[in-house]
Amino acid sequence: MKRQQLPLFEATILPVAGALSLLVVWEWVLPALGVPAYIVPTPLSVLRTFASEWRGLVQNALPTWYEALLGFFLGNLTAVILAIVFVYSPRVRAAYFPVVLLFNTIPVLALAPIIILVFGLGILPKVVIAALLCFFPTLINMVRGLTSATTNELELMHVLSASGWETFWRLRVPRSVPLLFASLRISATTSVIGAIVGEWIGSDRGLGAVIIQSTFNYQAERLFAAVLLASLSGIIFFAIVGRVERIFHRLATA
Amino acid sequence: MNPVTNEIAIEARSLGLGYPGSMQPVLEGVDLSVAKGEFLTILGPSGCGKSTFLRAIADLLPPINGQLSVLGKTAAEARRQREVGFVFQEATLLPWRTVRENVCLPLQVGKGRIAKSVQPRADHWLELVGLADLSDRYPNQLSGGQRQRVSIARALQCEPDILLMDEPFGALDEITRDRLNDELLSIWRRTQATILFVTHSITEAIYLGGRVLVLAANPGRCQALIDLGSLKDENGACRRESPQAQEIAARLRQLLRDGGA
Repeated sequence: MKRQQLPLFEATILPVAGALSLLVVWEWVLPALGVPAYIVPTPLSVLRTFASEWRGLVQNALPTWYEALLGFFLGNLTAVILAIVFVYSPRVRAAYFPVVLLFNTIPVLALAPIIILVFGLGILPKVVIAALLCFFPTLINMVRGLTSATTNELELMHVLSASGWETFWRLRVPRSVPLLFASLRISATTSVIGAIVGEWIGSDRGLGAVIIQSTFNYQAERLFAAVLLASLSGIIFFAIVGRVERIFHRLATA
Repeated sequence: MNPVTNEIAIEARSLGLGYPGSMQPVLEGVDLSVAKGEFLTILGPSGCGKSTFLRAIADLLPPINGQLSVLGKTAAEARRQREVGFVFQEATLLPWRTVRENVCLPLQVGKGRIAKSVQPRADHWLELVGLADLSDRYPNQLSGGQRQRVSIARALQCEPDILLMDEPFGALDEITRDRLNDELLSIWRRTQATILFVTHSITEAIYLGGRVLVLAANPGRCQALIDLGSLKDENGACRRESPQAQEIAARLRQLLRDGGA
């Protein structure tokens, strides 16, 4: 099959036009069909609410960002350390990797109430949920990355009498960096999801709490504005990780 | 031709090799002395233990019986002192490193680690293999022949006394292979290294080697050791088409047929 290549002008303008067309339908067609504003507010009214309430929204976003960030670091750091232990100790790996994989099949969102039960109502359970969501993809990717050196490459390091540390640093780490960043990009958005889910269940602060409260109070505009901010947070986290990756590559190739 | 001295580079006495955990030896009863500066090619049918022999010299595989000494030491000591270089069947370049960075790898690990300004030396070896212009490229931008040249430059970086080559040109087309054979002979003359070169090609074995070791399979063992000195001129080169070369090729082909079963 021939792949069609659009001219640059169309390739840039069409995605924007597509998004705009959906917004237009939402703004004018949904109200015309009789969908009430307290169920689905129009995009313009959401933006208006965002403009007038942004102070309160950002104030609630701060704890969410904080929890997501802590969860991101805690989850990924634990995963990287555990991956290194697994790679260098086949016995520990044989004993615990299957358990960890089995644990991964439990939906973390279903686990959230248990985590709240164990860790109480403070910031900790939200961090733990965010961390758990970051943990598994990074662990699995890191184990794969660290073990992806080929037999030939390991033999080359042996013939060169490289020490264990040198083989790790010069061979295993570069092999796993692309996979690590792939899972960090996933974690950037899932850490925000984890924090919000934690706030749904037990919190009066944070974007998750705003979402739950405004749902129960039929404050649809505020609900949509909070969702918009949550989505923006994920995008910003994602962009920061992408930025760090580029800086890393520049440093690594310098 | 390189002065083949009386000094011994590699000595095997009733050497038996096999893989750990397997009772069946891959290669047994090897008695062989390789002099310093010699170019020995190793021919044999599949499964005769050609690669296994090289791997034992490089300390990638411990002997199961007999003795193996490399420059008068154990294989492990020789490896740790950076006296043995290995060129694999596949170039095994690290894809995230440029050509120059790949050639510098031996200077960044193990005993050969040196602090700074290794670039001039890397460039020297790249020039020797004719790749000075491509030193900033990445391995995936090179052809198979160029990649294998980089891996030879990397092996030369430690200035090893012994260079082990495991079918390095096996995957290349014949024209590239002929050219690399000539380059390898010129590198051999300039570095005075002892080279052990495993190949499937009878022509290559005759063209490169001062002697050919023919192995037989099932079980792997030495079958014949043929001196090619009479074919070579003072530069260690010979004409592939000469009647004497053809005659030896026929003999080798017969030996391989006998040893294959």
